[in-house]
Amino acid sequence: MIHLPVVNQARDRNFELPETPPTEDYHDILDQLEKDGEIIVQRVPEPYIEVKTKYGRTKKIPVERTWHHKSCGQCGHIPGYSTSIFWLNRKLGLDYIDPKDQTSCTAWNYYASATSNPAAQAAVAIRNFAAAYETGYFPIIHCGTSFGHYKEVRQSLMHYPELRAQVRKIMEKLGKKLVIPEEIVHYSEWVYAMRDRIAEHQVMDMSPITATVHPACHYHKLIEEDAIYTPEIYGAQRTAIITGVLQKIGVNVADYSTWFDCCGFGFRHILVSRDFSRSFAVQRKIEVMKEEANPDLVVTHDTGCVTTLDQSQFAGKAHDKKVGLPVLSDSQVAALALGAHPYLVLQMHWHNTDNKPFLEKIGIDPEEKWREFEEQVDKLKNGEQLYLTWDDVESVPV
Amino acid sequence: MGLDLSMNKYADVPYEEKERLFNEVKADLRFHHALYGCYECGICVAACPSARFYDFSPRVIAQATAREDVDLIYTLMNDSIWDCSQCFSCDRCPRHNSPGMLITIMREVAVNNGLQTAKEALEGYGRIIYKIMSTGTQVSPDMLQPNAFPDWGPHVKDISDNLEWWRKALPPETLHTTETGWAVDDKTIIELYLIWHMTGVMDMIEEIDDGLHMILVDVMEEKLEEEGYDVSF
Repeated sequence: MIHLPVVNQARDRNFELPETPPTEDYHDILDQLEKDGEIIVQRVPEPYIEVKTKYGRTKKIPVERTWHHKSCGQCGHIPGYSTSIFWLNRKLGLDYIDPKDQTSCTAWNYYASATSNPAAQAAVAIRNFAAAYETGYFPIIHCGTSFGHYKEVRQSLMHYPELRAQVRKIMEKLGKKLVIPEEIVHYSEWVYAMRDRIAEHQVMDMSPITATVHPACHYHKLIEEDAIYTPEIYGAQRTAIITGVLQKIGVNVADYSTWFDCCGFGFRHILVSRDFSRSFAVQRKIEVMKEEANPDLVVTHDTGCVTTLDQSQFAGKAHDKKVGLPVLSDSQVAALALGAHPYLVLQMHWHNTDNKPFLEKIGIDPEEKWREFEEQVDKLKNGEQLYLTWDDVESVPV
Repeated sequence: MGLDLSMNKYADVPYEEKERLFNEVKADLRFHHALYGCYECGICVAACPSARFYDFSPRVIAQATAREDVDLIYTLMNDSIWDCSQCFSCDRCPRHNSPGMLITIMREVAVNNGLQTAKEALEGYGRIIYKIMSTGTQVSPDMLQPNAFPDWGPHVKDISDNLEWWRKALPPETLHTTETGWAVDDKTIIELYLIWHMTGVMDMIEEIDDGLHMILVDVMEEKLEEEGYDVSF
């Protein structure tokens, strides 16, 4: 491993916005297409919070009336991701919808196998957007790949009239409109925009914790245009989400040199060529974090990143690699800071790497919390009720 | 094993056939927004995770397509593109190329034309395609079986053994499922099936995996016919 002194240089670099943004403003193009009668633009509902994106433009982040476009990887394998997002909305008393009229974006499969095409991918995206529009709630995207892919779809639909015509025809067959949201919003942008309100409800002291951050490739590399940046975070040389939230709740964010590297997910690799994913995640990410920052926790914000960085460490341990860093999403860490239950809400038992030392460091007894979880599950096993509900979760004291 | 760039491996494939495939790549509406020339600076390679572990180079992809080197592109389309991680770190290109997007397009052409190497690359992947196309969610909780993820350790068995109860213990009512990531409405699934049919994706599946295509047709036809759709369009 060659260590380059890039981190300090990036941190010390002055932030200067270009006088003219080097990219087109999608807002202008969407507005024009709407004026021409080609599309419907679903406007961000009020109240919203304004944030700045990479080239200094303004992006509106809705506070509530959000339609939660879930992630198949999160819901399937690391469900505490989604439950923490919903829990935060409930804790802050915000209105949202968790829809069943939603499919996956299907982009994981597209990037893995290419068994799809631009028209199909755009139609899947617009079908979901139209479903949100019909409810009057604004889509908020849980998965980083869905977020990046939908921005690609928006880009294609803005620039290729033949694709718009094809998708419009498909939507007519489905009885739906060609709707594109005014902003494509990732959940971690919402957590970032809401960080002040989140911090107002904080009950846990997170200051004993040092964390490293992995920003998801499809959040800040794929159509980089409308990812959130601010001079206060790494001189706007890196996206502000996750880091801004962690700093707000008192977590010490530590730097490491391979922050730009991907996690090793690879889409097809994580399913059928996992030797690559394991090696990359352990050697280029986890070991570097350990050597350079020795954090208590890794925090990221995409389905594949949590999966790959967390699950790959078991094999790394077998090879005596420097591993052992628990991996959580920003929504989970924010919920924990507000007193969410580590198992009933954060669902940390679906994660792999030992996270008990992290919990103990902030004063949580994992054994006691697990006992509370099992007590609730026993209510299902003994037939008292079919499912746990939010009321059951809230009945357990913080 | 390294990438064989001797051009001997596919010497028996007629140049016209290789050119036909490259013309399909160039005909994709995204192609000219993914390639503007190449400075040969290597930034894409430095950022590329696959380049660290495979004999793989996004720069070679950009250079070969920019030079329209038909023989080399055919070799890459068979022996290199499936190593790409599709992370789009290569979008950092100062010339605004997207080698990752070029690879997306090349993969689509490889699948559309049923290249043997594409079939081999996707071996073992059919169940994923089945899941996403038939249920609308790609990843399901019941995929977490110890024999599928032995390298993830014993915790996969813990999840698998407790799956039913742990799913019922999730507070959002959409997440009590085990065969899908969340509960998807029947109407929503029907709309997804119609999209697959209307956009030619079913034809792509037939080209790459005939058996999978037959299973998907069976599953979809039944639901579509129940809802009164003519599936012969």
